[in-house]
Amino acid sequence: MADNVIEVRGLLKLYGAQRAVNAIDLDIRRGEIFGLLGPNGAGKTTTILMLLGLTETSGGTVNVLGFDPVRQPLEVKRRVGYLPDAVGFYDHLTARENLVYTARLLDIPRRQIDGRILEALKSVKLDDVIDKRVSTFSRGMRQRLGIAEIVMKQAEVAILDEPTSGLDPHATFELLEMIRGLKKSGVAVLLSSHLLDRVQSVCDRVALFNKGNVALMGTVVELANQVLGAGHPLQVEASGVDVAATLNGIVGVQTVRQESDGSWRIVADRDVRAAVAQRIVSAGGALTRLADLQPSLEEVYTRYFQEARHAA
Amino acid sequence: MPRSREGSPFTGLGPVFLKEFADHLSSARMMVLMLFVIVFGAFPVATSLQTLRTVVDPNSFIFLRIFTLESEQVGISFTAALNFIIPLMAIGLGFDAVNSEFNRRTLSRVLSQPIYRDALLLGKFLGGLATLAVALVALWLIVLGAGLLLLGVPPRGVEVARGLSFLVVAIAYGGVWLAIAMLFSVIFRSTATSALCALGVWLFFFILWPLLAGALLVGLAPSEIRSMDDYAAVQSMGLGLMRLSPGTLFSEAVLGLLSPETRTLGPMLPSQMRGAIMGAPLPFDQSVLLIWPQVTGLIAGMIVVFAAAYVIFQREEVRA
Repeated sequence: MADNVIEVRGLLKLYGAQRAVNAIDLDIRRGEIFGLLGPNGAGKTTTILMLLGLTETSGGTVNVLGFDPVRQPLEVKRRVGYLPDAVGFYDHLTARENLVYTARLLDIPRRQIDGRILEALKSVKLDDVIDKRVSTFSRGMRQRLGIAEIVMKQAEVAILDEPTSGLDPHATFELLEMIRGLKKSGVAVLLSSHLLDRVQSVCDRVALFNKGNVALMGTVVELANQVLGAGHPLQVEASGVDVAATLNGIVGVQTVRQESDGSWRIVADRDVRAAVAQRIVSAGGALTRLADLQPSLEEVYTRYFQEARHAA
Repeated sequence: MPRSREGSPFTGLGPVFLKEFADHLSSARMMVLMLFVIVFGAFPVATSLQTLRTVVDPNSFIFLRIFTLESEQVGISFTAALNFIIPLMAIGLGFDAVNSEFNRRTLSRVLSQPIYRDALLLGKFLGGLATLAVALVALWLIVLGAGLLLLGVPPRGVEVARGLSFLVVAIAYGGVWLAIAMLFSVIFRSTATSALCALGVWLFFFILWPLLAGALLVGLAPSEIRSMDDYAAVQSMGLGLMRLSPGTLFSEAVLGLLSPETRTLGPMLPSQMRGAIMGAPLPFDQSVLLIWPQVTGLIAGMIVVFAAAYVIFQREEVRA
């Protein structure tokens, strides 16, 4: 338990009769990247605000680095960096001046301020625009400045709300690299997103939110097993042979389904790639593709919400 | 569950105050407001100085007359102009204090630093008040300097003391309007709406309230006035209604301070006339005593409005 930086038990948030966050449990471990996923309005941002003590809880307990955000918000906020959704800076001030203000609020000793700001801006590659006004910054640069603020703060936990929303692919890639950089320096990262393939590439564990509940929690593979069923999905592309008939009888193959002309999807309970290749080649077929399909978070997400809708 | 929070509510007050103060002083808005004040203040002062140069009476409070003289050309004294302009300045400084942070999406980022909302709101208020104070002190010094140059006599000590007290009252008056402007900046997310509402309150007190107070008095007063006591009661009721407007409190306080011969701010009672020499000035401490309720009223109003803004701000959601 000592390795958890955030522990949430039965956290509840009511807006009138509506349960925005419905008694959830969460544990974030030291040094991991944890993703909060879910559609808009599922309770992700509300949960984040309660972790920071920026919104009152309606019940349950939260423990962030040993502090209670309801009663000791200053201690929590001193140690936790927060990058809000579409973060704003003072446009009429430069990047440096914006960070100086934050540094003063954090009560960083005056002698250290300059050094820490420069170092933080270097880590997000903004040191060349340190004295430019933020009004000239692009969306991606603002997000990076937000990361720089967290670096300067030397936070132990970084909470990022939709950090990549509205960014172009290149800016997204850069930002995710910086998030990995945070993890490398020992910071636990909690990020919320609905950009699933991006999240998949950086997150160690994820929690899937649905209507205020944590529907699923674990690594991407665990989630895939839970939702899509255990097994190794394969994609086979071949011509000149009836794949379905050829693969009949290979031990472990569970289903073979033709997806389009010359393309099949196979689910097996073990790695059957070698056997599949051998069968097709020996049957005289031309094997053009044999791919082990990584379970994709997007698939998990789509399938889960389809099932949730059917169940409803 | 214990809900008491730990840590001082004033953590981070200093940085917020300094940033707001610096922002105001370097902003284009401040330039416009100063220009506004100087233009509006310069005319009454220039004309009253013209008039005063012809007056030769070493015993009258000639420096104070610069502030209060209503010259024929302009028809408005410097203090009356301030009565009108200070609210405008305060509204200009405060109408977007909180909602602009919200619209720029800086609010949640700033509040995720180790400060309470208390410090943010109070820092903004004090920053605005300090800016207002700087502007008023500058204006006061300009008027005093112009008086020295053009009248060629130095002010007496008691005139300086009364002038400084006037400055304090003016800042308190500005504080009331700053608190009102900030209240609307907390209530409304749109800066235009909050500016409109604050200006609406200003117009209400300056144009509508005197009429409304008169109408209310007619409705509330007894239909027949039988005695002196009845008359005095109606008078004080009318005054009480008018004193709900901060502008009235300010002008009464200014009257007491800058016109030393003022003995009462209400109806003159025979008991107050006994032994008095008409037109003789009151000592400074007696004048302060006379306007003490007005000053207290201004400060109380400032605190009440600020407290309302504070309570609403504490309950507000940070998220968009």
